[in-house]
Amino acid sequence: MKVIKKEDLENFVDELIANNEKEVVGVKSKDSKYVFDKLENAEELELDYDVTILPPKKYFMPQRETLVEYETREGIEMEAVNEVVPRIIIGIHPYDLEAIKQMDKVFADSPEDDNYLEKREKSVLIGVNMKQISEWSFAGSMGTATIEDGYDLMLTDLGDRYAVEIGTSKGRELLERESLEMRDAEPEEVEEVENIEENIQNGFEKELDFSPQNLPWLLAENYGDEDFWEENAEDCYSCGTCNIVCPTCYCFDVQDFSDISLEEGERMRQWDGCMLEAFAEVAGGENFREERAERYRHRYMRKGRYLYNRFGDIACVGCGRCSSQCVPDIADPTDIFNKLWSDKDE
Amino acid sequence: MNKKDSPYLPENATILSVEKMAEREKLFEIELDSGEQLGHDPGQFVEVSVPGVGEAPISISSSPTKEGNSFELCIRKVGNVTNVIHNLKEGDKIGIRGPYGEGFPVEELRGHDVIFIAGGLGIAPLRSLINYSLDNREEFEDIKILYGCRKPCELLYEDEVEEWRDMNNIDYRETVDECPDDVCWEGNVGVITTLIPGIDIDLDNSYTVVCGPPIMYRFVLQELKEKKVPDERIYLSLERRMKCGVGKCGHCQINGEKEELYVCQDGPVFNYDNIKDFEEAL
Repeated sequence: MKVIKKEDLENFVDELIANNEKEVVGVKSKDSKYVFDKLENAEELELDYDVTILPPKKYFMPQRETLVEYETREGIEMEAVNEVVPRIIIGIHPYDLEAIKQMDKVFADSPEDDNYLEKREKSVLIGVNMKQISEWSFAGSMGTATIEDGYDLMLTDLGDRYAVEIGTSKGRELLERESLEMRDAEPEEVEEVENIEENIQNGFEKELDFSPQNLPWLLAENYGDEDFWEENAEDCYSCGTCNIVCPTCYCFDVQDFSDISLEEGERMRQWDGCMLEAFAEVAGGENFREERAERYRHRYMRKGRYLYNRFGDIACVGCGRCSSQCVPDIADPTDIFNKLWSDKDE
Repeated sequence: MNKKDSPYLPENATILSVEKMAEREKLFEIELDSGEQLGHDPGQFVEVSVPGVGEAPISISSSPTKEGNSFELCIRKVGNVTNVIHNLKEGDKIGIRGPYGEGFPVEELRGHDVIFIAGGLGIAPLRSLINYSLDNREEFEDIKILYGCRKPCELLYEDEVEEWRDMNNIDYRETVDECPDDVCWEGNVGVITTLIPGIDIDLDNSYTVVCGPPIMYRFVLQELKEKKVPDERIYLSLERRMKCGVGKCGHCQINGEKEELYVCQDGPVFNYDNIKDFEEAL
């Protein structure tokens, strides 16, 4: 573990920005909220934020990205495209790092999706331990309040300085700069980081009443409880906001966008959401999840069971974005999961 | 990026011929510009691409045993992509990705009786297996084909159906839901399930392969149950709007109490016994 003074970290970030080798993005404030965005200077960086509106997933799986470029003047010319911007992403909380680890598995699953993997590979992830905790977050219950790996560098605020844990050689290389003022951590500083990480666990207002490892069977058992899902989905707008802000939602739609000549254009993938009405509709008009309750259930099943079955992870990292942004306030996973848990013996 | 790196890049292909089969359906014979065979199994599908319009998942309608390198797709005009495809003609270019998915279990069916039950456009994927089994007739025992559509004018593959009617080594039966007074129709009138009671099924030695609209499955499965056909001896092909074809986009996932399936990878052909607990399957 290394230690760097806050002002030296600022200088380091400014140098990375000036260096221009990779785009430097970090957490910035936007109105009264926070976002991941391109940094103009280190002063903009807000490392004591609670949660960002969108997770950093957008850098590896953008809202809209080109998969194929086509041209149809003579026959058809099609070319695979991957618009990769190498980035240094500063200030990722542990729950978002966990989500990125999960997405890495999804897109590395055969056949590999290089549009994601290459962007991911060319990025450097600098995590930061939480200083503020969103009132909606329940990362403490999901085991994602702190994290052992998944970052290249991990920062912890120690007052006038940051502890820097080096996770990978990519992280180590980034620190290899003569101008960088950094020293090895003292034993008491290592202990301080441990204490901080331990305390984070206790800072959550929301929590699951049980271990998340129970989610797969709990959800399976309640799959057929139509009354439960209908009752809870009753106020759902089917707006898909919970999908859009989720760090582990990755479903997509593919559409073609031609330019004005109509002879060339791009085939793009864009975020889609299983809560949207037409998600499971087929060409003839048949909709395989026509009911709001079916879609609502699908989201929870996917987070707590389906992706676990397929990739081995509970795909809810407890960030609380879905619940914080849901207008009718019906998207809180702790609410649903705890209800299922308390009803299980009835 | 080259094709190896992107599962989303289609191959160029050329339409060799177009045949209008019914008001909404055309048969397209297609060849990859690489000159290579598609290399599909009966029951698999491809993503058909019209640059500027998009992609649509379409089941492959020809048997891999068909002569030459081309393959056939029977396409119903039902959405943006298929509307445009219907305007294409011989020599026009399209993109193809695939073949994708798990097709019919040819090895398992070999040596058994096979009963095909097709409703409407369901004949399109089934034809890949029907023609496969007719081309390898000696490898299968009794073959029965039950084919139903709404009206006589909606009957697809008319020339082939004409041959099936005359073939001595298969049992072909057909029906239409309704027949207008001014149309000559010698076959049965009634929904597809009305054909089922009349056939003999050797329960120990038969497989039934069904393809049609969701509503048809419900009634056909009911009828097969009455005939005591074991669930694990029934195969069906499901329709979903696969956007990627490679298990990522999420659109074709169907859920059950115990597990979930991706139609593009686990299907589109499923053993009925494996999906009967999936309430979202039909």
